Amino acid sequence: MKTKKIGLAIGAILLATGLNHGMAQAEDAKVGVRSESASMDPHFSYVATNKAAVTNIFDTLIMRDEDLQLKPALATSWKHIGDGVWEIKLREGVRWHDGQPFTAQDVIFTFERAPNVPNSPAPFGQFLSQIAEAKAIDDHTLHITTRNPSPQILFDLAEVPIISKHAGEGAATADYNNGKATIGTGPFKFVSWSPGGSLKLARNDDYWAGPSDFEHVEVIAMPNDATRVAALLSGDVDLINAVPPESFQLLKNNDAINIAMTQDVYTAYLHIDTDREVTPNITAKDGSEIGNPLLDVRVREALSLAINRDAIIERLLQGLAMPAGQLAGPTMVGYNPDILPTPYDPERAKALLAEAGFPDGFKLTIHGPNNRYVADGQIVQAIAQMFERVGITTVVETMPANVFFPAASARDFSIFFLGWGSAQGTAWHGLRGVLMTYDKEQGYGSSNRGRYHNAEVDELTIASMSTFDVDEAASLSAQAAAVAFADFAILPMHYQMNVWATQKGFAFVPRQDQMTLVYGLSRK
Amino acid sequence: MIAFIIQRLLQGAGVVLAMSVIVFVGVFAIGDPVELLINPDADQLTRDAVAHSLGLDQPLWRQYLIFLWSAVHGQLGTSFVFNIPAIELILQRLPATLELALGATLLAITIGIPLGLIAGLFDNSWFSRVIMAGSIFGFSLPTFWVGLILILTFGVWLGWLPVFGRGETVAVFGIEWSFLTLDGLAHLALPVLNLALFKVALFIRLTRASVREIVPQDFVRFARAMGIHPSRVLTRHILKNIMIPIVTVIGIEFGSVVAFAVVTESIFNWPGMGKLIIESINQLDRPVIVAYLMVIVVMFVFINLVVDLLYAVLDPRVRLGSTSR
Repeated sequence: MKTKKIGLAIGAILLATGLNHGMAQAEDAKVGVRSESASMDPHFSYVATNKAAVTNIFDTLIMRDEDLQLKPALATSWKHIGDGVWEIKLREGVRWHDGQPFTAQDVIFTFERAPNVPNSPAPFGQFLSQIAEAKAIDDHTLHITTRNPSPQILFDLAEVPIISKHAGEGAATADYNNGKATIGTGPFKFVSWSPGGSLKLARNDDYWAGPSDFEHVEVIAMPNDATRVAALLSGDVDLINAVPPESFQLLKNNDAINIAMTQDVYTAYLHIDTDREVTPNITAKDGSEIGNPLLDVRVREALSLAINRDAIIERLLQGLAMPAGQLAGPTMVGYNPDILPTPYDPERAKALLAEAGFPDGFKLTIHGPNNRYVADGQIVQAIAQMFERVGITTVVETMPANVFFPAASARDFSIFFLGWGSAQGTAWHGLRGVLMTYDKEQGYGSSNRGRYHNAEVDELTIASMSTFDVDEAASLSAQAAAVAFADFAILPMHYQMNVWATQKGFAFVPRQDQMTLVYGLSRK
Repeated sequence: MIAFIIQRLLQGAGVVLAMSVIVFVGVFAIGDPVELLINPDADQLTRDAVAHSLGLDQPLWRQYLIFLWSAVHGQLGTSFVFNIPAIELILQRLPATLELALGATLLAITIGIPLGLIAGLFDNSWFSRVIMAGSIFGFSLPTFWVGLILILTFGVWLGWLPVFGRGETVAVFGIEWSFLTLDGLAHLALPVLNLALFKVALFIRLTRASVREIVPQDFVRFARAMGIHPSRVLTRHILKNIMIPIVTVIGIEFGSVVAFAVVTESIFNWPGMGKLIIESINQLDRPVIVAYLMVIVVMFVFINLVVDLLYAVLDPRVRLGSTSR
C-alpha cells in the first residue's frame, strides 16, 4: 500500500516536472470551477452551482439542453391528457448506479422528499408546488395532476433531480455527502466529495445516453480567477469555467487552448424605485428634497437613453456581452423580438429631462455590488459618468454582495445595478419575479425591489401562466413584456456571456444556464 | 505556575465571549443571510420559512442566547450553507492550514535566523549589505503578487511545480497530510515559500537588531577577553540572549499564519481554513464565522501560554505566577 502511494507520488512528481502537458491519463479529466458546491444532497439547496455538481450524478425527468430547450431525459414523452393531468412516460431499461431498475416509484419518492429537506436554505418546494397529485399507473407511466392550468410543470420538472427510493429512504443530507445514498442514474458515479474542495467522479458505463469519454473526473472549486487561469495554462486542469474578461484575449490567442462560449441566462439591468413619492437617494442638486423624478416615465426613458450600452460592452466586458432590451434572452420561451435595446442618445435624454421639468437635472446616488457580476463595480462607475453627461449629478456607491442584496431588499436604494437569471428559460419567470406587483401572499414580484406596479402587466403575466398551451403562454408573456418595457419599468443593460476554456484536444458544449456539466466535455 | 495557567485560561474564555458578541452584532448589522442563500425567484413565504428554519426570525438577543446555550452543550452551530456542524468543517481544514503554517515558520527560522546572525556579526561586510537589501524585498512585495509570480514562473513557464491544491495525501490517525508524500511536498513548495518570504525578512531584521544590541555589551566583550572560543561566545552568550524576542515573534507569527493565511490559500487554492472563512464571510454564514474565530482565539491563548512558559526556560530570572508580575 505504502509503496504504491510512493510510486504514485514519484509519478506525480515526474508529471509535475515539465512533462505534464499531454502526459496525463488519457481517460481522466480535471475541471476547475469558480463556485464550490455546498452539498451533494440534490435537494438540499436550489442554487445553480449545487445543481451543476449533482447533475453529474443525477438525472431529471425532463432536461434543458445547452440552449434552454426542454428535452427528454428520464421521461421520454409527456402530454396533457385533460383536466390538468399530464401523462409522463418514463425511460425503460434505466438502472441506478447500484444496478437496481429505475421505476415510477422512485419519481414519486423524489416528489415527497425534495420539498422536505431539513435546514434547506433554498428549498425545492416551489418547483413541486404545482403538483396536486402524482400517481404511478405502471412502472413506466406517471400521471401528474397540476393545480393550475399551466405548462409550468414541465419547466419545473427540469429542476428536480430524481433520487432512488431504495437508497434514499430515511437518508439525510449527510448520507448524500458521504456517498451512502448518492446513487443516481446520471453519467457519473459518486466517488468522494469534500466541502469546498473537490468532487471525484467515476464513469457510469451503462449511462442511457452513452458513456462519457472520461473514466475518472475531478471537479475542483477554484474561486480565485487568476488561479483558475494559471491552472489551465500550466496544464494542471483540462477545463475551466467563468473565464474572466481580462484573461479572455490571452487564452484566445493561445494555441494550446480552446474557447467555448455562449449567451448567459443572466440579464444585467438597472432597477429603479418607481413607487415612493420621495426616494432616499435622489435630491435636487443643492441637496434639498424633491419628489421622486423616477415616477415620470420620461425621466426613466431619459436615463435609459443616457446609457451607452455598446461602449460598456466593448470597453469593460471585452465584447463578451450583448445589449438587452428585456429580461428574457433570444432563445427563451416568450422572448419578444420587437423590443429593442434602448439606443444611446444623450441629446434626446436631455430634451426628455427638460420636458419632465428637470432641465438642470438632479442629484442621485447609484448603488451596485462589486463582487457579484462580471465587471459590476466598473460598470456602475461608467453608468454614473454617462448620467453626468446628461446633467444628472451622480454619486457611486458599490459594496460587496453580502451587504448589497440585504440592503436592496430593504429598499435602501433608488437606482441600482444587478442581474436576473431566467434559469428556466421562460419569459414569465422574470416577469413574475421582477415586474409583477409585489404580493407576498401570492408570491408575485418577490424580487421586485423597485416596487413597479402595472395592472396590465400583472394580468397578462397571470394569463400567460394559466394556459396549457406553451405557444399561447409565450405570446402573452411577450405582450406583458412589451407593456412593461415600453413603460421603462426597469432598464435592461446587457446579456452576459458564459466563457469556458479547455486544453487543446478537448471539446466542451457551452451551456446558457452556466452549468459546467462534465458530460459536455469530450475528447476531440 | 498552575495559578498562572488557570488565570490565562480564564482570560481566554473572556476574550472568546466578547468576540462572539461582536461577531453576532457585526453579522447582524451587515444583513440577512437568507437574501444570499435563497434562490432569487423564491417567493416571499418561502423566504420567511427559511428564516424561521434557520432561527433568523428571532430577535438578535434571543439568537445569541440560543447560541450560548448550545455552546455550553458543546454545539457550536451548524453552517447555513453546508448544513454540516461548523466545528467539523473547520477541523477538517485545520491540518491543511497547519502544515502550511508549520512549513513556512520552519523555513523562515532556518533561513532567517542564520542570515540575521551573519548580518549582525559582520555588520560592515558586503554580504551583510546584500542580505539586508534582500530583506527589504521580503518586506515590501505584496504576498498576492509574489504568489502570482511564483505560479507564473514555476507553474506556467517552467512547469516544474503544481500550482494548486494539496496533491496526494496520506492519512495518519485519520487526518490527511500532504507533507508525507513527494507529490504533497511538491504541492507544498510554492505556497510555503510564498508565506515564508515575509517572515524570513522579519527574522533577519529581528535577529540582526538583537545581535547588534548584545555584541557591544560588557559580558560579551568580557567573554571574548577571557579568550573563550568565538563559537562558544556565539551559542552561550549571544544566541541565548537574543532568543527571547525571537521566540515571542515566532509564536505570534505562527498564530497569525494559521489565522490569516487567507491570501496565499486563495491564490494557491489551498483547501485550508483561510479559504473557508472568506467564503463564509461572503455568504454571511455566521455559525462558521463564530466557530472559526473561537478556534483562533483559543489557539492564540494557547500559543501565548507556550511562549510564556518558554521564557521561563530561556531566562531563569523570569518566575511565572509570582506576585511581582
